[in-house]
Amino acid sequence: MDVVRGREWDRPSPAGEGEYGPWFEACAEGRLLVQHCDACGHEQWYPRAICTKCAATPRWHEVANRGTVYTFTIIRQYHAKPFGAELPYCVAMIDLADSPVRMFGTLTGVAVDDVRVDLPVEAYAVEYTPGRALPYWRPM
Amino acid sequence: MCSTAPVAARTPVICGIGLSDYPIAPHLTNVQHHALAMQRALADCGMPKSDLDGYVNASAGQTDMTVVMAEYLGIEHRYIDSTMTGGSSFEFHVQHAAAAIKDGVADAILVTYGSDQLSRMGRMLGTGGFHTSDASVDGPGQFMSSYGVPLVGSYAMAARRHMHEYGTTSEQLAEIAVGVREFAAYNPLARYRDPITIDDVLGSRMVADPLHKLDCCVITDGGGAFIMTTEERARDLAQPAIQVLGAAGTQTHWNIIQMPDFTEPGAATAGPEALSRAGVTVDDIDVLQLYDSFTITVLLMLEGIGFAGKGEGGALVQEGHFRKGGKWPMNTDGGGLSSNHPGMRGIFLIIESVRQLRGQAGEVQVPGCEIALACGSGGWLSCMGAVVMGKS
Repeated sequence: MDVVRGREWDRPSPAGEGEYGPWFEACAEGRLLVQHCDACGHEQWYPRAICTKCAATPRWHEVANRGTVYTFTIIRQYHAKPFGAELPYCVAMIDLADSPVRMFGTLTGVAVDDVRVDLPVEAYAVEYTPGRALPYWRPM
Repeated sequence: MCSTAPVAARTPVICGIGLSDYPIAPHLTNVQHHALAMQRALADCGMPKSDLDGYVNASAGQTDMTVVMAEYLGIEHRYIDSTMTGGSSFEFHVQHAAAAIKDGVADAILVTYGSDQLSRMGRMLGTGGFHTSDASVDGPGQFMSSYGVPLVGSYAMAARRHMHEYGTTSEQLAEIAVGVREFAAYNPLARYRDPITIDDVLGSRMVADPLHKLDCCVITDGGGAFIMTTEERARDLAQPAIQVLGAAGTQTHWNIIQMPDFTEPGAATAGPEALSRAGVTVDDIDVLQLYDSFTITVLLMLEGIGFAGKGEGGALVQEGHFRKGGKWPMNTDGGGLSSNHPGMRGIFLIIESVRQLRGQAGEVQVPGCEIALACGSGGWLSCMGAVVMGKS
């Protein structure tokens, strides 16, 4: 997964406390993680201290940074900074290609009116602070 | 439902209702909304305040937290509940209070709500600028906040998925807003009362595709209260008692990014369970109060509860069943889409159901109204509670 570093960050930042931190750190290394439970096989995101199915302790599991759009919306009215200056933009839920997990993020690199459900997309990471990054999505 | 066994004496009923002032009430703080609604609910049924021995509310802030309000209102309670599931809290409260009354934990439980949201913050369709650009976000919200998704965006994603899977159209969603506005015309206090057309909805500003401004609820001030007691106690009161026939609640997620299936909210579990507990089917329902935060919320509930098959809600609303004079008149007070939505609207669904079942709904009274269904939605289609009520 590509990692964009050094971009000015002017929006809310993840605190990355507890079990959340390693996920953002892996992202900054270009690795997209979910959690896999060896006890029951369940995969989950966002990260938790337990498996939501069986309460065992899950492990990190790297997945491909690819998927398809499950659903999306075009935000056309939002007054919060800095988003108000970026309208319209697309946020989407992404079905991952090799995990039952669904992720979320901004979809960039495509005209908002061209976004469709099932559009194939890939994640790239944007560092919000040195050593920690968030995934964004763009068409394959 | 009625039986001569001693337990029948503890049948839970709703005996008193009250609304504070709406839709614009700059003279009231949120706490004063609670207090005014409580006064009106007590006056409605003629119950002295000293009878209250249970208190329930749901609060999103510090000033009207349940324990703070119990102190402020001076309620010496044996039973207290601060269940907070967002806008559906009050449907969950009915479920809990009914069980408490049945069990003898309390005899007279007051539920209140109050919000000065409009006067305090203004009307932003959930798209207001409350974030600061350098905020550090903790908890699960940190997997969303950096991307900039206002509240309406979550519902828009559900609407988009429903359209993709079932071919639901913007015209079908708009029909919900048009039907609810028709009822608002009869409510002198409704925020908006002028009739609207499908074209008006489709021509209104797009806020988050595919939801237009008129697919979204209004933002207002407002408050409400209701009192629950036993059927036996209610016999001495001034109003006909309304029975709680069945109640159920479901949580599928909290944050929208965790919703398992964007076309199937918790109403699909809570609705059928509440109906089954009441021993009725959708065909027995005379009036319907569904949480219309957005038009899509209503559509998903109609399918979940069982008024329509999955994916068939859009076609069903176009048949006019939910309008004035239809088979299932819906949101007869003008709903959140046109009348009032101070932030957590679920209490008004209960109050309007009671008004209909008492036969006190004036020009929008549903003839022969015997059984009402209220279904609330809280969070981001996250927690849904359904309550079936009937005449005693």
